[in-house]
Amino acid sequence: MDISNKKYDEMVKKASPPSPVVKNCIWAFCVGGAICCFGELLFKLYGMAGMSQTETRTMVSVTLIVIAAVLTGIGIFDKIAKYAGAGTVVPITGFANSVVAPALEHKSEGFVMGTGANIFRVSGPVIAYGIFTSTAFGIVYYIIQKVIM
Amino acid sequence: MRIGKYVIEFQNKPSVAEWSAVAGKKEGEGPLGKLFDMVIEDATDGKDTWEQAESEFQKTSIGVLLDKAGIKDTDVDVVYAGDLLNQCSGTGFGLRGYEIPFSGVYGACSTSVLAMINAAIGVDSGIFRKAISSTSSHFCSAEKQFRQPLEYGGQRSPTAQWTVTGAASALISGEKLQNRPVIEKAIIGRIVDKGVTDSANMGAAMAPVDVKIEP
Repeated sequence: MDISNKKYDEMVKKASPPSPVVKNCIWAFCVGGAICCFGELLFKLYGMAGMSQTETRTMVSVTLIVIAAVLTGIGIFDKIAKYAGAGTVVPITGFANSVVAPALEHKSEGFVMGTGANIFRVSGPVIAYGIFTSTAFGIVYYIIQKVIM
Repeated sequence: MRIGKYVIEFQNKPSVAEWSAVAGKKEGEGPLGKLFDMVIEDATDGKDTWEQAESEFQKTSIGVLLDKAGIKDTDVDVVYAGDLLNQCSGTGFGLRGYEIPFSGVYGACSTSVLAMINAAIGVDSGIFRKAISSTSSHFCSAEKQFRQPLEYGGQRSPTAQWTVTGAASALISGEKLQNRPVIEKAIIGRIVDKGVTDSANMGAAMAPVDVKIEP
């Protein structure tokens, strides 16, 4: 095949079916919105149960994580996510799923070398750079505070 | 014998004496479903892991092949086989029960044909009388090794391929047989890299072929 890589790339782009962006966006908006509404409902319910605002915030996250983890475990989460896309990935549910899924998948290789070694296979980059960024910003914030005060 | 620069021509035309194909549920539901020797509905094939299931598929495929050909494993001189897993472990564990010398082949998607070419070269030279070429893959073990865990909630790109769950084998024989296909010529391809970096578009990476029949 005597054509340049650039020319071939153009051919590939032309031949590849595009992602259904509009459909994906509508699904993501509806499912993601529903998860957030559910979170808001939980926030109100925990509030009515007499919890403080800090406690309710934590409890809402924990509840959503538990639900996502259980749905992953029983094999329902990925079926919803197939349609929802970013709708289930962006809220905290996506993070819970990205930890539980590899943990389950690699259980067959043992709890230490399987689950233990692979549990952060998907979410690892998010955790690594999340910690790095928060540390960096923390230092910057500390310095700015010292200078201004 | 070689024709031109790269084409291999088999003087004795080794025949494909028998073949077998064992496939998973999804493949069984497809347009080729009726043509498979066996469709195994259970993706784990009664085993604990996807990798063990893949080995079982390959073991079954060779078993079916030997049955169809009416021969024993000790009648076969060599098996060229491979799969997609680390160190071709699917094949190693799948074939350990057979008394056949094993030569591993790794060519990802080209494994089945590569194994067949190797077997044909051996048979054509007269070194082997009967050789088996075999390959396997499993959707779940491939997803686990190369892509995301099965339960991970993501959307597949429209260009993403679906790895076959199944195994297939062929018996290449030096005997002259009636009504059986023969292998006349083969060409081993060169690597063509057109700079495709999207791992969800393997078709684009594999489509460019470099076949030059040079005198």
